[in-house]
Amino acid sequence: MGSRASTLLREEEIEEIKKETGFSHSQITRLYSRFTSLDKGENGTLSREDFQRIPELAINPLGDRIINAFFPEGEDQVNFRGFMQTLAHFRPIEDNEKSKNPTASEPLNSRTNKLLFAFRLYDLDRDDKISRDELLQVLRMMVGVNISDEQLGSIADRTIQEADTNGDNSISFNEFIKVLEKVDVEQKMSIRFLH
Amino acid sequence: MAALWTLPLLLSARLLGCLALTPPDELPQPHNLPPSLGFNISHGGPSVDLPMALRVFSVDYHHVQAPFEIVLWIMLASLAKLGFHWSGRVPAVVPESCVLIMVGLLVGGVIYGVRHSAPPTLSADAFFLFLLPPIVLDAGYFLPGRLFFENLGTILWYAVLGTLWNVLGIGLSLYGVCLLAQSSLGDVSLLHCLLFGSLIAAVDPVAVLSVFQEMHVNEQLHILVFGESLLNDAVTVVLYKLFESFLRLPSVSGLDVLLGGCRVVVVGLGGLCVGLFFGLVAALTSRFTSKAQVIAPLFVFLYSYLSYLTSEMLHLSGIMAIVTCAVTMKQYVEANVSEHSNTSIQYFLKMWSSVSETLIFIFLGVSTIQDVHMWSWPFVCSTLLLCLIWRATGVLLLTAVVNKLRRNAVTFRDQFIIAYGGLRGAICFSLVFLIDDFPKKRLFITTTIVVILFTVFVQGMTIKPLVELLDVKRKKRALPTVSEEIHSRLIDHLLAGIEDVVGYWGQHYWKDKFEQFNKKYLRRFLIREDHQARSSILRVYQELERREQRGDEEAPPLVDPRSHSRLLLPEEMDSIRRILSRNLQNFNNKQTPAYSRHTLHQDATTDRTRKPLHRHQSLGERRTHWPQQWCHNSDSVTLELTALSRLLAVCSISPRPVLQDSSATAQTGPADPRPAGDDQVSPQHQVPAGRTPKKQLSFVLENEKQQ
Repeated sequence: MGSRASTLLREEEIEEIKKETGFSHSQITRLYSRFTSLDKGENGTLSREDFQRIPELAINPLGDRIINAFFPEGEDQVNFRGFMQTLAHFRPIEDNEKSKNPTASEPLNSRTNKLLFAFRLYDLDRDDKISRDELLQVLRMMVGVNISDEQLGSIADRTIQEADTNGDNSISFNEFIKVLEKVDVEQKMSIRFLH
Repeated sequence: MAALWTLPLLLSARLLGCLALTPPDELPQPHNLPPSLGFNISHGGPSVDLPMALRVFSVDYHHVQAPFEIVLWIMLASLAKLGFHWSGRVPAVVPESCVLIMVGLLVGGVIYGVRHSAPPTLSADAFFLFLLPPIVLDAGYFLPGRLFFENLGTILWYAVLGTLWNVLGIGLSLYGVCLLAQSSLGDVSLLHCLLFGSLIAAVDPVAVLSVFQEMHVNEQLHILVFGESLLNDAVTVVLYKLFESFLRLPSVSGLDVLLGGCRVVVVGLGGLCVGLFFGLVAALTSRFTSKAQVIAPLFVFLYSYLSYLTSEMLHLSGIMAIVTCAVTMKQYVEANVSEHSNTSIQYFLKMWSSVSETLIFIFLGVSTIQDVHMWSWPFVCSTLLLCLIWRATGVLLLTAVVNKLRRNAVTFRDQFIIAYGGLRGAICFSLVFLIDDFPKKRLFITTTIVVILFTVFVQGMTIKPLVELLDVKRKKRALPTVSEEIHSRLIDHLLAGIEDVVGYWGQHYWKDKFEQFNKKYLRRFLIREDHQARSSILRVYQELERREQRGDEEAPPLVDPRSHSRLLLPEEMDSIRRILSRNLQNFNNKQTPAYSRHTLHQDATTDRTRKPLHRHQSLGERRTHWPQQWCHNSDSVTLELTALSRLLAVCSISPRPVLQDSSATAQTGPADPRPAGDDQVSPQHQVPAGRTPKKQLSFVLENEKQQ
């Protein structure tokens, strides 16, 4: 197994992650064992290849983008903390959190942050706008090869039209939020992390 | 208004009564002429030698008696239904099932009064073999698949465990009551009580459907109650047969109970497998129906009914079989058969299930009028009370457990509606008639009738105001937009990916796996070659289509200020027309909220999206039966053109003012549809999907070049 002293999870780290992400102790340890099982290089960080080794992720149409979402800007390795921070977006919103201190910063799994995560899947260049091209790329990935470019283009145009309120032919984050206001995002974007 | 429908009611009743009174031997059969004239068939009366003249006019009722009476009953049911909807304020207060039962009571009373003997009762065979399958098939075909499978665990939890809890609870407590009231109820044994419990505890899909469809509660609640009522059939059937066979056995051992438990699994899974098998065979058959489209709908019905009969033959759960069959074959059949066939299938399903349901309720009413009721206050009242209590406690307990495992907790209000919405119906009624005769059987029958009437009337009538009072979350009325659909799909894929990363085999994982399996094997095998590609385009385009129609009504926000003024080439109009028409069927199917009886598409908000359906002009006279906002020929062409012009407006980006353009395209429009006009009459489904990509909508390319 090799020396893993540097990669063992310390109690202080667990506490910090708990505070940051809201996961429980057992969830964190469970996810840590998942992290280490993915970490073939045993250096305490995951690289893109580690993710690509997950078989189902490889055939997921959005696989690459999802993997990208784990890595912070411009970096090629993600440590456990970053891993947990990304996963924290998908924690279900519990009722007791809704009444928390309003001055505290928004938890990672709030509705806005969940939507921001989804938004960033489209918005690769991080200009806070989904342009027509970015939308087309994602559409092409999701719909597959059975549809012609023109038809895809018309769908993309339609999508932008529905959302665009300021006429800049792209979808800003606020417009994105507005379009999805009727969708139950809190439920859709949550995974039950087993205790 | 009430007079309008009591009149046909009385007419039919009187007709029935009169006909029933005709003594059988009154008229000689014309074809029974004696070989030689001069002879007379002696009836025991005075023998008169009359020449046997040829009868110019004779009435031969017995020849047609059976079908005639059946038709009269169905006619009565349908007229009552018509009258119900014409009668003003009544539908808002009283659910249809109640009115139908009352009509049945009336008719039964009339018949009883005329004939002084019990009116015809609903025979269990007729019910299970003829009246129940159409309703369940209709329910299964229009089942919202995604929602159902998402909640499948909870539904099964309620169906299996909930029913068990209710059966045992009611049975045992009733036995306790019988022990307490030794004097009157002493001879009701434990097994009898359990048997009674098993048939009275089950929630009835027919009753639930008819009440809930008018309520528009949120879909999750609806699917929970409805799914439970469908799936508890397996448990009910097994328990009923189990206790019945125990009654015949000299003694019951623990082994028998264990075997009974295994039977539940066998019955449920067996029904499932039978349904799956027939569903796949039906899907495969529909693949080859391109040359004989007219009989394609027939296969749907035949195979479903066959699956029901087969599983009944094998003593498996017929309801589960037919529901599974319908759910399995739906997506493949829809992709394979033409639009017209799809519409036929939907309409016939709705029609048959509607007739069935009406007949069931009327017969329930009629059968209540009998000479042989046995009444016992303690038994009846305690049964009623126990049914309510056990259902409430069952739902509470089960939900408390299942909420820990669900993403979407079932709220207390929803729980109340689930408990209160546990209506009993005709299934209990038929089952109680099937019990082997024993001294207290009449008591059971009476009690069952009382429970059914109570649940349907009291609970059925009060549940709607309760829903409003408790402010239960209602169904969302808005149509999804293209954006919502696309973003939702993105989120689905995202969640599936995250689940893979976490290594958690959750809902998304299994859904994904099934979709891949479906795409790779099932679709390729079961869907026609030329329709293969269509399947994936359809789903996306349907949203576009729907959006198009909404664009008609909400013109301002969607009117593109940058529309194109280029004239449309006929081929482009053709291809657009083809795309639009091909996707209408899926559009129709997705639009159908699953549980409406009165029209195929129920919601008022979706009425305005009905405009593209004018394209079914080749259906001829059917046009006249559809609501007036749909079809006037000239309007339809204009609407279609406006729809098309908006579609094209979307496809372009060059900045031009809109008003001139839509009028320009509208003017070029009339020139174009003439070549395409013939298209409307000839079946459009024959155009294979392969041609569409070749029709380059070249003006869009032009715009892309501009970028």
